[in-house]
Amino acid sequence: MTDRALRIALPAAVLAVAVLIWHLIVQVFAIPPYVLPGPGLVASTLVADGSLLWNSLLVTLLTTFEGFLLAAVGGIALAILFNQSRLIEYSFYPYAVILQVTPIVAVAPLLLIYLPQPLAVLVCAWIVAFFPVLANTTLGLSSVDHNLLALFDLYKASRWQVLWNLKLPSALPQMLGGLRIAGGLALIGAVVAEIAAGSAGAGSGLAYRIAESGYRLNIPRMFAALILLSLAGVAIFFALSAISHLALRRWHESAIDRER
Amino acid sequence: MSVSGHTIVGLRGVSKTFERGTVALDSLNLAVCDGEFVSLLGPSGCGKSTALRIIAGLSSPSKGTVEWPNGAGEIGFVFQEPTLMPWANVAANVQLPLKLASGEKEASRKAVMQSLDRVGLTDFADAYPRELSGGMRMRTSIARALVTEPQLLLMDEPFAALDEITRFKLNNDLLAVWHALRRTVIFVTHSVFESVYLSQRIVVMTPRPGRVFTDIVIDAPYPRDERFRTSAEYAGFCRQVAEALGKAVAAGEAL
Repeated sequence: MTDRALRIALPAAVLAVAVLIWHLIVQVFAIPPYVLPGPGLVASTLVADGSLLWNSLLVTLLTTFEGFLLAAVGGIALAILFNQSRLIEYSFYPYAVILQVTPIVAVAPLLLIYLPQPLAVLVCAWIVAFFPVLANTTLGLSSVDHNLLALFDLYKASRWQVLWNLKLPSALPQMLGGLRIAGGLALIGAVVAEIAAGSAGAGSGLAYRIAESGYRLNIPRMFAALILLSLAGVAIFFALSAISHLALRRWHESAIDRER
Repeated sequence: MSVSGHTIVGLRGVSKTFERGTVALDSLNLAVCDGEFVSLLGPSGCGKSTALRIIAGLSSPSKGTVEWPNGAGEIGFVFQEPTLMPWANVAANVQLPLKLASGEKEASRKAVMQSLDRVGLTDFADAYPRELSGGMRMRTSIARALVTEPQLLLMDEPFAALDEITRFKLNNDLLAVWHALRRTVIFVTHSVFESVYLSQRIVVMTPRPGRVFTDIVIDAPYPRDERFRTSAEYAGFCRQVAEALGKAVAAGEAL
């Protein structure tokens, strides 16, 4: 079998075996569905509650997307600002770090007090997603080939020309790496905030459905929602990886297939 | 080819001390004539690259002055590495100096093709740097330096990382370009053989601190080719320059 086929067949086989074991455990020990539903029940719940869960998924994905977009724009803009002025970098970088290291689960309830619920969820998604974009772009902008910088200097390039023609393209691989991490994190941020908000009773996102189903002991629906969330995360990761590959395939080492 | 005589750039009493206290250059005097091919030859640490960067204005002298009797014109610079933008193809890399000067597009495309033609890369305009061999990358770098038709071409050990066959080929091509364009070249190298083959004049430098040790005129006619490379005349010049370099190194160590 080719390498490519193995990459698909092997994880699929692992999944099939795991689902089978799950099914057998539920059958053999006669576990009630409110403790552990079997895979069949989860699948039928996924279909039965399809439209409800799908709408919730769209709500969560929209928040994730908005949070990601704001994080991308904000992270890249701030990284450019840091790169242009050392004083600004020294002044604000520590606070960007603090924003990142403070657990979002602890921040979310506070935000929910001060902001309307949808906005609070969005801010949470943004906070979590923005730092990797900032950190990676900053790294990329500052690791420009110093001889190329000297060359731009020699031809009397303006600051803007150096930024646009040299620093940004040269930082692109790191920037895209940061965005790839940010995509997954924006989803996590949105979910955390929805869960925190869920206890307050409002909201309709997928994470809210999980919290709600938990209170009602509707375990099959919890599983169904969880599966949808995972799939959404995987889809986000692959979409961003594809974009990264398209942007870099002509020139960057990371995107080139080498014959061995 | 004769040197037309008037100085294009001169260094007068140029010293360079780096922040950590290393003295790279110590009162260096050097005058380069218009149309001349001069090599700066010396062991590593003799400040020859520093001198080149000072001439290019990429670094400023701690003491002394750089003089341009006819005003500073366009400068082309070729680094030790090809220093290409990996995200841009060969044509875009060569076009960079014109783009930064925001010149007219059509004229710049023409200049790019002409410059690529000079180094024999016309067929590779659309290739990306990673698709090229080391020698072709260096050719691209030279084409970029030539695209503005600079008065002065500064080259910082451009062929040091190439294999001998490629280096000999590029030596010949460089001489052909120099002959065709009649521009001034200052060429930094640590190779006796390369400097003798290429130059009209070799400035031998002492290491730590960098000073001019001696100035040797290579009075052999151009065009020079493989016959010159294997001639007794060439061997004689090489011996003379190698001896001077040996003394320069010894002088540097004695200090």
